[in-house]
Amino acid sequence: MSDRTAGHESRLSQTAAMALIFVLAVYFLLPIYFLIVAATKPQGDLASTFGLAFSHFNLFQNLGILFGRSNGIFAVWALNSVLYAVLGAAVGTLISALCGYALAKFRFRGREFLFSVILGGVLVPTTALALPLFLLFSATGLVNTYLAVFLPSIVSPFGVYLARIFAAAAVPEELLESARLDGAGEFRTFFSLAFRLMTPSLVTIFLFQFVGIWNNFFLPMVMLQKESLFPITLGLYEWNGQTARVPLLQVSVITGSLVSIVPVIVVFVVLQRFWRTGLASGALK
Amino acid sequence: MTDLATRVVAATTGRRRRPNGGAPRPGTIVAFLLPFLLPFVLFYLVPIGYAIGQSFLVVRRTSGQYGTPYTTFGGFEQYVRAFQNTEFLASIGRIALFGVVQVPVMLFVALTMALLLDTPLLKLKSFFRIAAFMPYAVPGVIAAIMWSFLYSPQLSPIVGLLKGIGLQPDFLGPGAVLWSTANVSTWLWTGYNMLIMFSALQSIPQELYQAAKLDGASNWAIAWRIKVPIIAPSIILTTVFSIIGTLQLYAEPAVLRQISSNISSTFTPNMLAYAVASGNNYQQAAAISVVLAVLTFVSSFGFMRLTTKRTEP
Repeated sequence: MSDRTAGHESRLSQTAAMALIFVLAVYFLLPIYFLIVAATKPQGDLASTFGLAFSHFNLFQNLGILFGRSNGIFAVWALNSVLYAVLGAAVGTLISALCGYALAKFRFRGREFLFSVILGGVLVPTTALALPLFLLFSATGLVNTYLAVFLPSIVSPFGVYLARIFAAAAVPEELLESARLDGAGEFRTFFSLAFRLMTPSLVTIFLFQFVGIWNNFFLPMVMLQKESLFPITLGLYEWNGQTARVPLLQVSVITGSLVSIVPVIVVFVVLQRFWRTGLASGALK
Repeated sequence: MTDLATRVVAATTGRRRRPNGGAPRPGTIVAFLLPFLLPFVLFYLVPIGYAIGQSFLVVRRTSGQYGTPYTTFGGFEQYVRAFQNTEFLASIGRIALFGVVQVPVMLFVALTMALLLDTPLLKLKSFFRIAAFMPYAVPGVIAAIMWSFLYSPQLSPIVGLLKGIGLQPDFLGPGAVLWSTANVSTWLWTGYNMLIMFSALQSIPQELYQAAKLDGASNWAIAWRIKVPIIAPSIILTTVFSIIGTLQLYAEPAVLRQISSNISSTFTPNMLAYAVASGNNYQQAAAISVVLAVLTFVSSFGFMRLTTKRTEP
């Protein structure tokens, strides 16, 4: 129906378009493919064999070395990343949902002002906050604790922005009115009614915040010295800095990198539609 | 207790509430807002205020070089020092060059890809969409580690292939390393920006192109003359986010620094701020952070003003 242009021209541009997008796909996938190949090789093969071809399959030994290193510190880092990201995003989503819902459904003085202040927070880069937070936390003794990374992570102005849009769209006013007439309290209405209606969008907020915390590096680097509190990113960064002195660490850095990205990529592909919702509302901003 | 309390409140105030549009009691509203606002104030607003406050302080000594140090109000002294610091100015210049090249290149690639995925020309669309978005799942540190292996003269298959055809690439050389860093950022963020633009394209009603198509307009003309102007707000949004990201650059150059001596500890403004803070000069670090934040605001708002003025009248 849409191809009214001359057949010849459209076939030519079709080939050109396919070729271009294919090259781009290779660009995006190549480093990940390289990482997969490298993670299956023994240390000795890394420099001596071609990087894009498999050689001796050594993945399971590499995983054994990775998780056995320094009394299993890598598993601790992985667990920390999961705790920071899952708990942080869960708490963050809940408080964003409450705040966004209130901004969308309650009328009160200063509402728009409050929303603009929160929206301004979207533009504040979290790296700019890390150093002053470090100074404040050193004064209160929070530095080098689990909370030093966890507490700042739960705040997501973008989450409140999304929650407000989603609450306005997903929760009909009439439903709230009838719940109120039935004598239900505001919190009860929120948790039994609004929360359920907003669930798909809350998953979107959760995902964005999860990835944000999972990928965070500057904040934990500034806050933490104790290795046992590191997330994966910081741990692998430290190891990578030691490869010049300890070349055998290289294969663990590679295997560790693969282990750290696989779960997130799987979550991504499985939950694709939630990303589209979030990005679409970003696009409508 | 809360359950009963809220029920009583609802029962007693239910009738009164209706005239003003169903607004609950102020206490209830505060209870909804506070769980977010409290950490927002503590971990967003207070640090900003604290950094501004610190940036106006200086450390002086009671007498000469060996006197007791004390902290006092110094006016704009820290800011004057920051702008006299040639390393700071060099890092700003470096990041400006980076941004002026990397942001347009990345967004042009993202836009081209979004437009291609929005035409009937392609097959396997969802595969290409996922392939482009996949790097967003990779933390910046890990992405930089992956690319550093692809840049490394000993391990990289790319360097190997290029040498095979007689080239002598040096991705970590003094001239190239800035662009090798730019490539990591481009790899990470192109797909994310592409999906924002793609989502905007998908929300354009098809009828808008039908007339142009019936007039025999090519896909190319429809893309650049109709689609791009309509999704201009998304393009502006992605540009603003990219500018903010560029000015905050830290993880990628910090990782490449581990394998390249051509990245100094003051390569980007953020690395400089961290280096200064590590040297216990917190007031100077605070001033640098404030300058950086102001620069971020000025350049992102400046860009927004510039572009919206051009499209509005």
